[in-house]
Amino acid sequence: MNPNFLDFEQPIAELEGKIEELRHASHGQAFNIDEEVGRLREKLKLKTAEIFRNLNSWQVTQLSRHPARPYTLDYVGVICEEFHELAGDRAYADDAAIVGGLGRINGRAVVIIGHQKGRDTKTKVRRNFGMPRPEGYRKALRLMKLAERFGLPLVTLIDTPGAYPGVGAEERGQSEAIARNLLEMAGLKVPIVCTVIGEGGSGGALAIGVGDRVNMLQYATYSVISPEGCASILWKSAEKARDAAEALGLTAPRLLELGLIDKVIREPLGGAHRNPRSMAIRLKAVLLNQLDELEAMPVQDLLERRYRRLRGYGAYQE
Amino acid sequence: MNWLQKIMTPRARTQGTTAAGKGKVPEGVWEKCGGCGAVLYKPELERNLMVCPKCGHHHAIGARARLLSFLDEGSAQELWAGLEPNDPLKFRDGKKYRDRIVAAQKSTGEKDALLAMGGTLKGLPLMATAFEFSYMGGSMGSVVGEKFTRAAEQALADRSALVCFSATGGARMQEALFSLMQMAKTSAALARLREAGVPYVSVMTNPTTGGVSASLAMLGDVNVGEPKALIGFAGPRVIEQTVRETLPEGFQRSEFLLEHGAIDLIVDRREMRDKLAAVLALLKRAPRAAA
Repeated sequence: MNPNFLDFEQPIAELEGKIEELRHASHGQAFNIDEEVGRLREKLKLKTAEIFRNLNSWQVTQLSRHPARPYTLDYVGVICEEFHELAGDRAYADDAAIVGGLGRINGRAVVIIGHQKGRDTKTKVRRNFGMPRPEGYRKALRLMKLAERFGLPLVTLIDTPGAYPGVGAEERGQSEAIARNLLEMAGLKVPIVCTVIGEGGSGGALAIGVGDRVNMLQYATYSVISPEGCASILWKSAEKARDAAEALGLTAPRLLELGLIDKVIREPLGGAHRNPRSMAIRLKAVLLNQLDELEAMPVQDLLERRYRRLRGYGAYQE
Repeated sequence: MNWLQKIMTPRARTQGTTAAGKGKVPEGVWEKCGGCGAVLYKPELERNLMVCPKCGHHHAIGARARLLSFLDEGSAQELWAGLEPNDPLKFRDGKKYRDRIVAAQKSTGEKDALLAMGGTLKGLPLMATAFEFSYMGGSMGSVVGEKFTRAAEQALADRSALVCFSATGGARMQEALFSLMQMAKTSAALARLREAGVPYVSVMTNPTTGGVSASLAMLGDVNVGEPKALIGFAGPRVIEQTVRETLPEGFQRSEFLLEHGAIDLIVDRREMRDKLAAVLALLKRAPRAAA
């Protein structure tokens, strides 16, 4: 098993391995392997398409957490011509689980905020696995207010298992920090475009997720609770995460169908991690489109529409 | 053994302790205090707003009793009582969500976990809402979010005031992302109240956690805790599993939150009317309410 591939991706890993091997073996050799490599490449494409055609919700959950999946700063690196990270909440600390700053997308000045996970053990710990503490949400709020003061649109990228459940986080007011952001984002006088790029983990995701447009990448997830958490509470067994993932309806197409998000952004064949650059370019195109639309609106209209949108969430009868 | 236990027959004594375990007495008119262990006469406990007259322990109080005792006598008008949950995801775990709704409605007599009433508090008109914890843990789904939002919008339209008593484990899992979005919806409604200067007092009672504490409960112009109420984002068990240590005594209780600056004050339930009437009258620049 290749650890950089999920279990259902193993056939892809094998084919890729074979192609690599062939290319390696033929290095400096006289015989022509182009034909064989071409054949294998075609097979790889078909196999990948086949695997990805019928993913279940649990497999999508695994993809949304894929170790090779692009994170916020990977996207920022492709989307922005320039980016200047700004740190700190001005009260307590700088939380590395949320990054934010001033950026330029196709010449347009924006504020970008996103959850940030780490790649290796050291950075994973430093980023706290993308689980912010109150100071992360307060840094985000400070940057939102900065955006508002200078009339810059806000772009947020969501990718977190959830807000960190720790002693210090509780002492410093995790609940208040999240609640405050929800309230402030509802009334922020600049356009807000939110995109779930990986895991949309509950309140910790929503705390930078209230806006005028909410997008999800095709294999991102968005849920009130993790499938594991849900399973251990309702099924009394974390083993039932598969069933919980299905029941929660946490995939992008399902949430679009339910009217809870606005757009699904297609991922390259095999998922964003197979071609991060092409994913970033697609995301950039969508962001630019939406920013154009939103920036054309008078602020009062923008806020009224945002309120109507939030107001409309719910399924009930009377 | 207290005086009451002494005069009981041995049999009545054991019935009261063994069958019911801690804090509960079966079927009867007696209730054992969760604070001091005293056996209390239930009708008297109810008259005392479910607060133990001996030790001041705050027992859970139902949403309806809470609002009727909080508002001026005869002023309370229940609103949007017909709002009912539906089951947008056809959610089922071991049990169908549909069946859970039916069971909760039957056991509590309420349609969902939030009640809203219009009325007056010492003559001051306001909208009051309260969570019913015994309805699926007071969890917030679409009905709770919608009813709270309507109450906020009504308070805004009347330029009156809004009070909420929360008692909840958080978002309702069976409504999945619909539940999460209620956090955004209710917070957006509160943003409008704030902008218009219509006061909102949030009273957090035992327990107030999860998605409700991380939205409408923490957003009061004035945040109040009832004594010793558990208030927090993550539940103590989740935190213990994450940090792998036992939590300190009193962690996430009202007194802890007061000390850490998360709430403005702790108010005894028996003084809630007086305190909130005084605070709201000041915020509204109204004359001092009569005692």
